[in-house]
This record gives sequence, C-alpha cells and structure tokens, in this order.
Amino acid sequence: MTHTALTSTADSVALPGGFQGVTADLSSDKQVFPVPWGKAMMWIFLLSDTFIFSCFLISYMNVRISTTVPWPNSSEVFSLPIGGTDVPLILIAIMTFVLITSSGTMALAVNFGYRRDRAKTAALMLITAAFGAMFVGMQAFEWTKLIMEEGVRPWENPMGAPQFGSSFFMITGFHGAHVSAGVIYLCVVAARVLNGFYDRKGSYETVEITGLYWHFVDLVWVFIFAFFYLW
Amino acid sequence: MAYVAIADRDVHPHDPQTFFTRYIWSQDHKVIAIQYSLTAILVGLVALVLSGMMRLQLGFPNSFSFIDPSNYLQFVTMHGMIMVIYLLTALFLGGFGNYLIPLMVGARDMVFPYLNMLSYWVYLLAVIVLMVGFFVPGGPTGAGWTLYPPQAILPGTAGAGGGIILMLVSLGIFIVAFTMGGLNYVTTVLQARCRGMTFMRMPLSVWGIFMATVLGLLAFPALLVSAIMMTLDSTLGTSFFMPALVSMGEPLDYKGGSPVLFQHLFWFFGHPEVYIVALPAFGIVSDLLSVHARKNIFGYRMMVWAILAIGGLSFVVWAHHMYVSGMDPYFGFFFATTTLIIAVPTAIKVYNWVLTLWHGDIHLRTPMLFAIGFIFTFIHGGLTGLFLGNVTVDLPLSDTYFVVAHFHMVMGVSPILVVFGAIYHWYPKITGRMLNETLGKVHFWLTFLGVYAVYLPMHYLGILGVPRRYFAMGDTNFIPESAQSLNASITVSALIVGVVQVVFIFNLVWSLFKGPKAGPNPWGATTLEWQTPDTPPSHGNWGPHLPVVYRWAYDYSVPGAKQDFIPQNQPGDPALTAGRDHGIKG
Repeated sequence: MTHTALTSTADSVALPGGFQGVTADLSSDKQVFPVPWGKAMMWIFLLSDTFIFSCFLISYMNVRISTTVPWPNSSEVFSLPIGGTDVPLILIAIMTFVLITSSGTMALAVNFGYRRDRAKTAALMLITAAFGAMFVGMQAFEWTKLIMEEGVRPWENPMGAPQFGSSFFMITGFHGAHVSAGVIYLCVVAARVLNGFYDRKGSYETVEITGLYWHFVDLVWVFIFAFFYLW
Repeated sequence: MAYVAIADRDVHPHDPQTFFTRYIWSQDHKVIAIQYSLTAILVGLVALVLSGMMRLQLGFPNSFSFIDPSNYLQFVTMHGMIMVIYLLTALFLGGFGNYLIPLMVGARDMVFPYLNMLSYWVYLLAVIVLMVGFFVPGGPTGAGWTLYPPQAILPGTAGAGGGIILMLVSLGIFIVAFTMGGLNYVTTVLQARCRGMTFMRMPLSVWGIFMATVLGLLAFPALLVSAIMMTLDSTLGTSFFMPALVSMGEPLDYKGGSPVLFQHLFWFFGHPEVYIVALPAFGIVSDLLSVHARKNIFGYRMMVWAILAIGGLSFVVWAHHMYVSGMDPYFGFFFATTTLIIAVPTAIKVYNWVLTLWHGDIHLRTPMLFAIGFIFTFIHGGLTGLFLGNVTVDLPLSDTYFVVAHFHMVMGVSPILVVFGAIYHWYPKITGRMLNETLGKVHFWLTFLGVYAVYLPMHYLGILGVPRRYFAMGDTNFIPESAQSLNASITVSALIVGVVQVVFIFNLVWSLFKGPKAGPNPWGATTLEWQTPDTPPSHGNWGPHLPVVYRWAYDYSVPGAKQDFIPQNQPGDPALTAGRDHGIKG
C-alpha cells in the first residue's frame, strides 16, 4: 500500500484476493470486529466464561468416570411425584422450557430496542428477568427437595458416589449465580431503557449486549442439562 | 469507513479534577499502570525476602532458630506464588500492558477506563487477602506453589486451616481483577488502534502483551475452577480431588476423588501461565534490542507468527509437568512431542534477536545490557527445558534442583531482566527524567553475574540428585559433602543479588527528583509512545488529534534518511522504506 493511499481514505486500498485478502483485511488499521467496543468485549468475556464452564463440566465427567462407586440414576433422583406416580425429570423439563422461553423474550426485547420502542423493550426485558427469577426459584425448590427429602449433601448422598452431590451443587450453583446476576443486569438495563438513558445516548446496543450474556447463560444450561440430567 | 468509529470518541474523557481523582481513584491508564507496577514490585520484594530466608536455611542448615520446616515450606510456597502471579503477571500485563498498549497503538486510553480502574483495586484486594495469610493462626499455606492436593488441605501441612483458603480466595479475586483488565487490553488492541496502525505495523511489545492476555483469559478459568473445587474439598468436605485416605491412623471422610485431576487443571493453567509471563518479555525485549542496536528487528513477520504459534501451542503441552504423576505413559509421548515442537518458534525468536544484533550499531546503555543479558539467560533456561521435556531424561531429574535451576532461568530471571530493561527504557517517558546510568550498570552486572552464580551450580546439584523443597538433607550417601559448600556459596550469591536490588530502588527514587531531564525521545525510538506532545504524556495522551501511522515500528538506520530513525507517525518518502513496510501491499 502506498502512503498516499493511507493518508486519504481506506476505500482506495485494493485488497489482494483469497486468503491473503482475508488476513490483510483483518490486520488492517480498522476495528477487527465491526461492532461497538462493549459488544466485542462481551464476546471475549463469554469466550473466557465458556472455558470456565468447560472446565467445570470436564472435571465433573472426570470424577464421574474415575469414581468406583455407582453413580446415582438421575431419572430417579430428579423425579417428582405427580398424582401418585413419579414423573422423571419433570421439574427440570419445566425449568429448561422456562429458560429457553426467556431467550425468546430477550430476542424480542433486542428487536424492539432497535426500533426505539421503550415501553415494549423494557416490558420484554422485565418478562425475561421474571422467567430468570422463576428458573432460580425452581432451582431453589429442587435443591431443597434434594437436601431435605433425599438426603443429598455436597459430601455424601444415600444413592451412590459422593461426587454426585458435590458436582451437582457446584455446577448448578455456579450456573444459578450466573442467572441471578443476569436477572439483576436485566433489571438495571430495563430501568435505563425506561428512563430514556439509551435514547439520550443514541444507541440501544446495551440491550443487545445484555441479550448476548443472557443467551450464553441459556446455552450453558443446555449443556449442563444434557451432561448432568440426561447422561 | 471504520476510521470514524476508531477516532476520537472521547476527546476529553472523564477529566480528573482533584488530586484524589487524578492519582488515586484514577481512570487514566498511565496512572493505573503505575499503581499496578508499584504494588507488584512491593509484593515482589516480600517474595524476594522470603527467598533469602529459604537460602539462609539451605546454605547454613539449622543455624537460624526462626526457620523451622513448616516456615521453610511456607516461604517456598509464598515466594513462588507471589513471583509468578502477583509480581510477574500483574507487572507485565497490569503494569506494562496498561502503560504501553494505548500509547503504542495510538489510543487515548483503554476502551473502558472505569473497568480498568476497578481491575487495579480488585487486584489490590487480592494482594491484601494474600498477605493476610501471614497473620492468621497457622500462617500461610506451605503446600508448594502448585498447591497439590491431598497434602495442600490435610492437617500436617502448614496453613491447612486458614492459609490455604486465603490463598485460594486470593487467587479467585486475582482472576476477577485480571479478567477486567484483560478484556480491556484485548479489546483495545483489536478495536482502538489509530489510523494507519495495521496489525503488521504494531510494535512487538504490544503483540507479546496482547497474546499473553489472550492466553490469560483462556487459562485462568482452569485455575479458578480448580480453586473453587479445592475450596469446597477443604471447607465442605467434598471429594473432588481427595481420595480415601488414612491420616494419623484415622481414616478420613474423603473418598473417590482424583488428585491427578487437580494436576491437569492446574497445569492447563500453569503452562500457559509460563507464556503469559514470557510473551510480554519476548515482545518488549525485541523492541529494546531494535532501538538500542539502531536496526530493524530481524524477521518481524516471523516474530509475530512465532508469538501466535507459541500462544496456540502453549495450550497443548501442559502434561509435561506431570510425567511422574502417574498419568497414562502414552500421554508422555504426546506431550513430549508438543513440547519439542514449541521449541521451534521459540528458537526462531532467539535467532532473530541475535541476528538483530548482527552488524547493529549497538549502544550498550543499561536497557540494552539487560536485553542482551536476557538472551543469555533465556538460551540457558531454554536448553535445559529440552532436557526436562523428554520423558526419559525428565524422570531422574524430576523434583531435583535441576528443575529449580531451569524454571528460574527461563521464567524467573529472564523475564525479570526484561522488566529491569523495560523500566530503564521507559522510565524517561513515565517520569520525564533519566535514570542514573552508572548505578544502572552496577545493578546490571551484579544482578547478571549474581544469578549465574546462583543458578549454574544448581544444575549440578540437580544432576547429583539433590531433591528440591527439602528443609534439610540429613544423612544421605549419594550427596557429597561438597554439595553443602556449594549451597553455602549459592546462598551468599543470592543474598548479594537480593541486596543489589536496593541500588535499583534507590535509583528509581533518586532519579525521580535528581535525574537529568529527559527529552521526549531520549533513545531515538520510532514507536508512538515517544512521539507524544507532552512528556510524561498528559491525560488523553495525544493532545487535540490522534496520531496517524505511516510506517512499521522498526525504521532504524534507513539509508538516505536524515536521522537514524523515522518515527511511525512521520509521513515521508515511501521510496525510502520501500519493501520494508509490513502493512498491506496495495
């Protein structure tokens, strides 16, 4: 590239074709990701957080494989007596449904945010937060049932390997903390949507960034659900 | 198009008003960098004193009543953890990263200054929690810096009650602090470079710090997870890492855990951590060599790719720390192979440093002495790494002083020499005054020769089979008497090296008031931080307009140019630098 081209505009630069063009484009003097700074940062944070949850899940798989005591049968442990019969995994199915639904309402909130519809954006975010709170509430119920009725403790349980309880409380607890933090985050942003903060700022990108975090927490739940409850 | 978004988003960001907001609760990346650096150096001095205590015991066993076996192991542990995490990681990324990234890429500040400020204060909290460990009953943990369970949390190990918990909590807090800072550094490099600053024009310092930060963001999660799991093992009695055990004749409540799992998690963090410390040093030393040899860095493009390759490979070598852990021997084959492969890009870097010096116009000023000293210590430490990377050679050397000598040369001494060189190099920009050259040279020669007097004999002790982490050797047949006199000599050298650092501290303080005034660019360097309108750079760094970059960072001794360097932001005859610019070829 000649220096005169540099000092005038970027558009006059002819990029080489193929893979070289891709690297030249990525390494040129512009933002690598054509998104606001906050959004790029949230993506990078989520990548780091992915590593945290991966380490948790891989550690859980490792202790589950290496323990010599039988692993409790999850469809029996996580069953709920409804009308006299034990329905396996019913609570967790409802929890998963609620959380996935909250992703839908979050996506709608982002949509209305970009249309500058304050009332609908805030309402949908608060609905999302309510779903999140409902999820955490059901999780509290599940924990209570496991602890009070089935005698599961982090250090032991009557059904088998002690690592069952420790992994369960640790991983769902860490995820539950993420959901709780997300609920607070959603409420703060929803309040700012309502008071017109983002209209004055001229951008609703924060709503979408909040959404990224929320979808991530939902996605992680899918993996926890698959590896912990279905395995 | 994209320039519009990069350019001046905040011409006067969060202007500080009072002394308090300007120097204490500051959002300016330069002030935060200095806060980070001073805290890290202070806590590093604590670790230096601890190493002196260890050496006293080893050199003159049982002569000091204040060192008992538990104390000794506590000194070992705290020395290691402080040096690796709270000094080197914090100083390179929180200190140099904060100071250099925005200045070198031509930004006004980090992209999120408030988060950056929080990062420092949370780091300070982590340091305080760590230091509290010295004052709780039982003292800090004595588990060794690797904190291996089961012994780390069993009674009998020093600090098994409070010390280990404080250590794990402090690490957790540190990781939160690092994440807040690290997200800022990465996003700033990716999104906020000034006009003309393509990736292939970035100084290697920024490349090294950038890649190290990426490694940190992906490696610290493993440490966080293992810290959480060990905290639960220790407090709630879970058995993630704890197998069924008999302690003092009593069976414990633990059953079925996997100690090797902890080692995998720890080293999945621990090995990238080596490169979190090494890559910024690689980057910074490249710049020091180039500036003070008045020559462009040799093979810039390969230097960048080597940094990227080392970063990627560093995630697949971790189990070479675990050859004797009892993992499947086939893993040893895989990890020995990857370990030898990672030596290739590292060797490329070493050759390129040496070739940068070749036929250079070398100015042996203090920063350059430290940079050249780094090449020596790094080659020595790197070569012993090849010994330890091969399973069969590693087995007899494992847990001997050979290992201690190896990692102190490669990730203790080498990065610290770069830290010193970098401080001598950038001090004029940070304070506006030069450091004293004579004191600097005294500091260099005594430190450089001293570390050789300390660590070269340790290789020999290791080959003899002297085990590390032992409080005293007792009666052993295979260790000759002379090993003890060697140990005494190592101790004397180590104490001298420790005391010599007083010269450095004195120089830092004295020059702040009495040092000769530095111009804006005392070394004749090309990179942007030397082209700021004010020295030290004012808040916002660049005055009314952001700089525009026209060339790569290494235009030294260009034939036909008026000076022997051309600053990156100087437009000019492109013919002068034709073929040397690694920007986009149009």
